[in-house]
Amino acid sequence: MVENIEVNEILINTEYLDLFIDESQEHLQAINDNLLKLEQAPHDRSIVSEVFRSAHTLKGMAATMGFEDLAHLTHNMENVLDLIRNDKLEVNPSVLDVVFLALDDLEAMVTDIASGGEGKRDVSEAIKQLEQIENRNANDVIAPSTKSIESDTDLQTIEQYDQFERTIIEQSFEQGYNIYLMKITLDPQVVLKAARVFMVFDVLEQIGEVIKSTPVAEDLEQEKFDSDFLVTVLSKIQMEEIKDRILNISEIDSVDIQGVEVGKLSSSEEVLEEQVEVKNVEMPIETVKPDGIEKPPKQKTELNKTIRVNIERLDVLMNLFEELVIDRGRLEQIASELNNNELNETVERMSRISGDLQEIILNMRMMPVEQVFNRFPRMVRSLSKDLNKKVNLQIIGAETELDRTILDEIGDPLVHLLRNSIDHGIETPEKRLAAGKPEEGTVLLKAFHSGNNVFIEIEDDGSGIDREKVLKKALTNGVVTEEEASKMSDQQVFSLLFSSGFSTADKITDVSGRGVGLDVVRNTFESLGGVVTVNSEVGKGSVFSIQLPLTLSIIDVMLVELQNEKYAIPLSSIIETAIVNTKDVFNSHNQKVIDFRGKVIPLVFLKEIFEVPGSQLEEESYSLVIVHKGNKVAGLVVDSLIGQHDVVLKSLGNYLKEVFAISGATILGNGQVALIIDTNALIK
Amino acid sequence: MRRSTELSTEIISKQEMKVIIFQLKDEEYAIEVDYIQSIERMQPVTRIPRTFPFVTGVMNLRGVITPIIDLRKRFGIEEKEIDDATRILVISKGQLEMGMIVDGANDVIDIPIEKIEPPPEVIGGKEIDYLRGVVKLQNRLFTLLDLDKVIA
Repeated sequence: MVENIEVNEILINTEYLDLFIDESQEHLQAINDNLLKLEQAPHDRSIVSEVFRSAHTLKGMAATMGFEDLAHLTHNMENVLDLIRNDKLEVNPSVLDVVFLALDDLEAMVTDIASGGEGKRDVSEAIKQLEQIENRNANDVIAPSTKSIESDTDLQTIEQYDQFERTIIEQSFEQGYNIYLMKITLDPQVVLKAARVFMVFDVLEQIGEVIKSTPVAEDLEQEKFDSDFLVTVLSKIQMEEIKDRILNISEIDSVDIQGVEVGKLSSSEEVLEEQVEVKNVEMPIETVKPDGIEKPPKQKTELNKTIRVNIERLDVLMNLFEELVIDRGRLEQIASELNNNELNETVERMSRISGDLQEIILNMRMMPVEQVFNRFPRMVRSLSKDLNKKVNLQIIGAETELDRTILDEIGDPLVHLLRNSIDHGIETPEKRLAAGKPEEGTVLLKAFHSGNNVFIEIEDDGSGIDREKVLKKALTNGVVTEEEASKMSDQQVFSLLFSSGFSTADKITDVSGRGVGLDVVRNTFESLGGVVTVNSEVGKGSVFSIQLPLTLSIIDVMLVELQNEKYAIPLSSIIETAIVNTKDVFNSHNQKVIDFRGKVIPLVFLKEIFEVPGSQLEEESYSLVIVHKGNKVAGLVVDSLIGQHDVVLKSLGNYLKEVFAISGATILGNGQVALIIDTNALIK
Repeated sequence: MRRSTELSTEIISKQEMKVIIFQLKDEEYAIEVDYIQSIERMQPVTRIPRTFPFVTGVMNLRGVITPIIDLRKRFGIEEKEIDDATRILVISKGQLEMGMIVDGANDVIDIPIEKIEPPPEVIGGKEIDYLRGVVKLQNRLFTLLDLDKVIA
């Protein structure tokens, strides 16, 4: 028995821990984003409130979970934010630097917790700096500084109403209702917070109408609050009685109740100045935005109901579904053989439904690139500071979606490319001014869909890449020969930056540094089935363009046959298919070539490459699949073309890690395995 | 009382290991049963070009692409036609999953660990490192395989 309980506790703890980590990361990201926004608009109090709210929640969560350092540092950060919120501290880059420093520590601690650590960290430096800011201000402030929410007795500093809510309040008041604002604090030991909240609302609905709660009802249901929440209630019943009724519910710690002074709600003509006041203490609350468009982000969660699902479960679902697709293929085959009308109809219906299902399952794995992009503004900020450059990062298309597995991989290489653009592309302000450009450089990070691909582009308006310098370096490093170099197009020269001979050498730094480690970037993207290209114009800037598949797991292929073996060639690398007469095949230094649209291209005999057993027949014509790798083109010779299919890409497993020219396998309708050809390996 | 103490010491000293016995040519081999995920009848296997000669290919094992090796080829025994007795032992070890083609598999037995003897040394012969030992039980002799080395 004892053991059972212990096991249960551990289970619950790990469950909460995951939740804690996820939510902390979300809050940290929100703080990060909002701080960057705040830097642009230092006087926007609503942004500060956002940051404050995130920090406050984070603090509460950390304290509950027993992460002392985390809670402590957040608390200090909160104090500084509070000063800003109450106009006692000016937002300036040096203050933000300190807050960002604290944020770095917080992020490091959460990362530590996520990787199984205890979230311990020496945060004394950040705390010291935060406290310095606080103390510097303490002297200037005459009024006692406002306490954080939990110690606040003046509810008006927390609650605010929008115009709609104010109208309701006013009208209800005219109809003789009392309007109460109450803070209900739950016992910190309460086990089922949501259940208590429900009971409170139950009581309140018996005596009147709840017109607002902070946090919103949904967050309350999901227990997204510390231990207290605010509700505004319309009722005809007396304050004391309401209080008693609520206190009758067990595990309610306290009820702080105040009447809302309606008479002092300003008329709609004065919306800008509008303030809601509370009877007891007549202090203005934050001004409410006149347009009513700016809603607190909490409402976002209202619109967007989501559920967290472990990616592994989705993988299992996907696997099961693939099984279903394979069986569907068999059924279709059987149905067409039996030719029974009813069976045909049923199978058709099933095919349609499973097609829809497939789309849904794939969509479930899609996430907006925002997830990756949102860490870049911060990086650009600190990098441009370090380098004494002025950089404006613009992000376009952050809502573009990509498969989760791809998304997880692209962060680091993108950081690399961004660093490269800022470090080597964007010039110093002086140089830019001298070149007649605006002082501030622009880096454009763009994501967009096109066909079955997602493109990510990093464009800078910096100095561009010097073709001759790159070539010179490539020659001295032996990456290309003199002869090759003379024939290369600009594109080809720029792509030299990605070759591995380029990255390892330190000497390279004088080629504007471009190329350092870029081979790693290209390898990562290529392993994801992506293609990287670069374009540049001296003096105007460069564009790095990355083409990625929407998803890794399902690809469009052309099935081909070699004797009795079936292989799949990804459609993304196919230019077209063709049949050529053997008479049109020429020999060039023992290499068979053909003239393909005015260009001489080599033929690759797959049967030889793959050592397919069986005798070679002399044929009159060859079936070709013309494939490309970048600018290079080759014709793959096959026995016959079967047709185009959507297939589920599967790996060959850990035992067969590197098989020449095979990138994976797929299961065909008849249950057999077909290998997927990696055409990139076939073209040198 | 005395009897039971004797019995328990006997049990402790007799630690046993459950193994699957399979046939290759005219010899019997053994693998710990813990590694065996399933035993399958022969199924269509897709050949994989340009890999080790003993890799027969890959098979669709309930939606999972599973590599298959031919144990006869792995051990340098002459090839044999597939027949009704041919089995694929599906092995799962850590991240590794694979199948091994054997001539037949039909026995699960417990062998006392103390009975495992080091593999016989062959003077002048090829050194073979994938053997863990031999076990002689009554008049049967099993060769115990070191799975890590076999699939390495």
